[in-house]
Amino acid sequence: MAQHDTHADHTHDDHHGPDKGIMRWIKTTNHKDLGTLYLFFAFTMFFIGGLMSLVIRAELFHPGLQFVDPEFFNQMTTMHALVMIFGGVMPAFVGLANWMVPMMIGCSDLALPRVNNWGFWILPFAFSLLLSTLFMDGGAPAGGWTMYPPLVLQTGNAFPFLIFAVHLMGISSITGAINVVVTILNMRAPGMTLLKMPLFVWTWLITAYLLIAVMPVLAGAVTMLLTDKYFGTSFFTASGGGDPVMFQHIFWFFGHPEVYIMILPAFGIVSTIIPTFARKALFGYDSMVYATASIAFLSFIVWAHHMFTVGMPLAGELFFMFATMLIAVPTGVKVFNWVATMWKGSMTFETPMLFALGFVFLFTIGGFSGLMLAITPVDFQYHDTYFVVAHFHYVLVPGAVFSIIAAVYYWIPKWTGRMYNEFWGKTHFWLSAIFINLTFFPQHFAGLAGMQRRVPDYAVQFTDWNVMSSIGAFGFFVSQFIFIFNMLASCFGWFGRKQGLPDRVWEGAHGLEWTVPSPAPYHTFEDPPQIADAELTAVHDESDALDHHKLA
Amino acid sequence: MSRQGWRTRQLARAVAGAGLALASLAASAYTETSGGYNVPTGVTEISREVHGLHMAIFWVCVVIGIVVFGAMIWSIIFHRRSKHPKPADFHESTTVEIIWTAIPFVILIAIAVPAAATLIKMEDTRNADLSVKITGYQWKWHYDYLGENVSFFSTLSAESNRARQLKSGIDVNAVPNYLVDVDQPLVVPVGKKVRFLITSNDVIHAWWVPEIAVKKDAIPGYVNEIWTRIEHPGTYRGVCAELCGRDHGYMPIVVRALPEAEYKAWLTKAKGGVVAAAPAVAVTDVPADAAPAAAPTAAPAPAAQEVAAAAAPAAAPAASSKDDLMKQGEAVFKANCMACHQANGTGLPPNFPSLVGSAVVKGPAEAQIAQVINGKNLMPPFKQLSDADIAAVVTYTRNAWGNSSGVVAPSQVAAQR
Repeated sequence: MAQHDTHADHTHDDHHGPDKGIMRWIKTTNHKDLGTLYLFFAFTMFFIGGLMSLVIRAELFHPGLQFVDPEFFNQMTTMHALVMIFGGVMPAFVGLANWMVPMMIGCSDLALPRVNNWGFWILPFAFSLLLSTLFMDGGAPAGGWTMYPPLVLQTGNAFPFLIFAVHLMGISSITGAINVVVTILNMRAPGMTLLKMPLFVWTWLITAYLLIAVMPVLAGAVTMLLTDKYFGTSFFTASGGGDPVMFQHIFWFFGHPEVYIMILPAFGIVSTIIPTFARKALFGYDSMVYATASIAFLSFIVWAHHMFTVGMPLAGELFFMFATMLIAVPTGVKVFNWVATMWKGSMTFETPMLFALGFVFLFTIGGFSGLMLAITPVDFQYHDTYFVVAHFHYVLVPGAVFSIIAAVYYWIPKWTGRMYNEFWGKTHFWLSAIFINLTFFPQHFAGLAGMQRRVPDYAVQFTDWNVMSSIGAFGFFVSQFIFIFNMLASCFGWFGRKQGLPDRVWEGAHGLEWTVPSPAPYHTFEDPPQIADAELTAVHDESDALDHHKLA
Repeated sequence: MSRQGWRTRQLARAVAGAGLALASLAASAYTETSGGYNVPTGVTEISREVHGLHMAIFWVCVVIGIVVFGAMIWSIIFHRRSKHPKPADFHESTTVEIIWTAIPFVILIAIAVPAAATLIKMEDTRNADLSVKITGYQWKWHYDYLGENVSFFSTLSAESNRARQLKSGIDVNAVPNYLVDVDQPLVVPVGKKVRFLITSNDVIHAWWVPEIAVKKDAIPGYVNEIWTRIEHPGTYRGVCAELCGRDHGYMPIVVRALPEAEYKAWLTKAKGGVVAAAPAVAVTDVPADAAPAAAPTAAPAPAAQEVAAAAAPAAAPAASSKDDLMKQGEAVFKANCMACHQANGTGLPPNFPSLVGSAVVKGPAEAQIAQVINGKNLMPPFKQLSDADIAAVVTYTRNAWGNSSGVVAPSQVAAQR
C-alpha cells in the first residue's frame, strides 16, 4: 500500500497543477475538480429545492389558504421535484462518481475528461432556464414534474423552457453515464477484475447503463410534448387522435428506472461504509452485485405500477403487480446482507456510519410502503395520496440523500485532508433523523385517511398530521446548516482545522482511495497501482486474503 | 428505528380520541371509517376486502420489520467495539442467501393470490343495475344518469368556496365539511350495482371516494369503467386525486346513497326538474329538500340547500332583461369564474388577468364569447354552459365592477357555436 503513496506524489510533480482563479473551474477536465463542482452545484440545488418545500409546508401548516395562490403552490411542487431530482440527487451522485470511481479502480481520470467538463457545465444553463420561469409572466411550470398532458400543455411561456431544460439535463446525464461506463470497463488497474470492484463502482456501472437506456426515452417524450404544443401534432391529444395515456407509459418507462438511478449508487455507498465501521467484510459481495443487476432489470418491467388507475386491462394490472412485488426479493437480499455484515462485527458509530445505519432503517420503511403500494387493489386507495408522498420521500430523503451525506462525511477527510467535527456531525445526524421522521411519518396517516397529493389546502381532519409534518420540515431544513458549515470548515480550514491526516483515514477502510495521501493529490494513479488483495472490497484483512483467492 | 414508537403512540392517540371523535365529529369527518389515520373500512364488500388486504400486508411488513430491525438493534448494542472488540470473519454463505431469497418469495406469493382475487372482482363491471357517466371538468364533476335524462354538474359548496380563498379570514374549522362538500351530490341507490363510466372534458382527473374504494382516472378520449354496490345509506365523500391544474384541490365528490324507494322518488323529481326547465342541463335538488328547485343554469346554484332555495326565483327560465342577465350572470360567474378572476373581477395577474376594464371585456362581444366557449391559455373552454348562461356571464363581466360594454343575448352565443 505504502508504495502507492509515493507513487502518486512524485508523478504529481511531473504535471502542472490546476490553473489559478475562476478559469481553473471553467476549463478544468480534472475528475476531482469536476466532482467538487458537481457537489457544490448539487448542494446549491438542494438549498433552492428545500426553500420551495418550505413554501409548500408553510402553506400546509394549517388548513385554509394563508400564503400563496394555488397556482403558485402547484409551481412549487413541480419545481421542487424537478430541482431536487435533476439538480440535487443526480448531480450529487455524479459528483461522487467523479471523485471516487477513478480513485477506486486505480486510474488517473475519467476516460473522457473534456466530455466530463461539458457534461457539468451544461447543468448551470439547464437550471438557469428552468428557474428563470419563476420570474416569467404566467410563472413556472405547474403541471407536476411528471408533465402529464393535457395539463402540461396548458403551461404558458414557461413550457419551452421546461422542455429544453429537461433536454439539457438529459444530455448532461448521458455524457456522465457514458464516461462512467467507458472508464470502468477500460481503465481498471491490473488485477481489478469486475467481481473485485468496490460495490460503489458496481452500482454506478449499472446506474450508468440505466441512464443511457432511459434518458433518451424522456427526451423523446418531452419532444413529442413540444411538437404537440407548437407544431400541431397530436401524439397525446385525444381530440386529434392521440393518446394521453401513451405519454404516461413512455414517461414511466423512463421514470421507474430513474427511481433506481437515484438509489443504486446509494446502495453502493452504504455497502462501502458499513464494512468499514463494522470492521468486517461486506457479507455476500457476489449476491449484492447480482441483486443490484436484478433490481436494474426489474426496473424496466414495472413502470405501469405508477398508473394502476388509468384503466389498464386486468391482465396488465396483474402483470405489473406481480413484477413489482418481485422487486422486494433482491431489495430484501441487500438489506439482509447489510445486517449480516454488521452481525458480530466490531462497530463504532462515527457520523458516516450513523447516516448509513439511518439509511438502512429508514430506506427499509420506504421499502415496506413500496411493497404495500405494489398490491394493485390496495394501490387504488393509496394512489396519488400523501401515502405515496411519504413513501417516495422515505426512499429519497433518508434514503438517497442520507447516503449522499454519509458519503460526504466519509470521504471529505480524503478530499480536503481535514477531518470534520465529529460532535457537530453526530448532532446533525440526530436532528436530521428526528426531523425527517417527524416530516414524513405522519404523511402516511394523512394519505391513508384520504388526503390527496398536490393540494394547497385540505379537509380539517388532516390538520394534526400536517402540523407535525411542517414542523419537521422546517427543523430538517435548519439542521442542514450544521452540515454545510461543518463541510465548508473542512474545505477551507475554518475554525483552525488542520491538515495532516493519515492516508487511511478510517482504520477499517479498504479500497485504493485510502492508499493515496489525504488530501488526495491533484493527479492520482498516473501509473497503475499494484493492488494488494487485502485492499479489495470483498476481503476484510490480510489474514483473510488467502480465503479470498479461493472465491475469486 | 423510531417507527415502532411512532406507530404505538399514534395508535394510542387514535384509540384515546376515538370515542370522542365518533360522538362529536362523525357528521363532519371526511373519511368516517378511517379513524383519521388508516384506510377506511368503508361501506362495500370491496372496500372491506381492500382494507383487509391493506392490514394483511401491513402486518407482514411489521413482522419483517421486527425481525430485521430487531437483528440490527441487537447487533448495534452487542456487536459494538466496546462489547465485541474482535470482529468475526465470515462474509459469505450461499445457503443463507438462498434462504433469504426464497422466504420472501413465498410470502409474496401468499399475498399475491388474495390480492389478485380481489382485483379480478373489482374489474368485473358486468350486470350493472344502473350506469352513471362521470365527466371531469376543470374544476367540477358532471354526472349523467344514462337512459334517465338526468344530468347535472357538481361543484364545491359555496361556503367552502368562500372560506378557501386566499386570506379569506374565515375559520375553516367552522365550515361544515370544509373542501369535501358540494352543491349537488351524486345520488345512488343502496344494494344496487352501480357502474360508473368515467371520462374527462379537458385534462386528466381522478374520481376517488375512499369509503367505497373506488378511484379511477378521468381521461379525455377514454371511458373507464368501475363499479360499486353500497350497502348502507349515507353520505360518502371524496376528492379529485389527479393533479388537474390550479383548483385541483377544490373539486370534491359527494355520493349520497339512498334506499331504493327514496332513490326512485329522487329520480322522478330530478326528471321533473329537467322537464320543467327548457335547457338540457338541470340542477337537481337533494332529496331532503321539500321543493325541487330546478334552475335552468348549467352552473349549479351557488350554494347549499338554503341558499339554493333563495336563489331559485332569480334564475327564471327566460332571463332576457339586463337585470335578469346580470343576476344569472353573477351566479354563473361565482360558480365557474370566480376561482381565478376573483369575486371583484381583479383576477390574479399574471396568470389570471383582471376583468376590470380589460381589453377583452371592452372589446367586441364576439371575441369574448369565443374565448368563453373555446378557452385560452390557462382558461379552460366553457362550451358545456348553456347559451343563456354564457350570455349572462358575458353580460355580467361586461357590466360589473364599473365596466359598461352592453348586453349580450343568448342568440348571439348560439350563433357563434
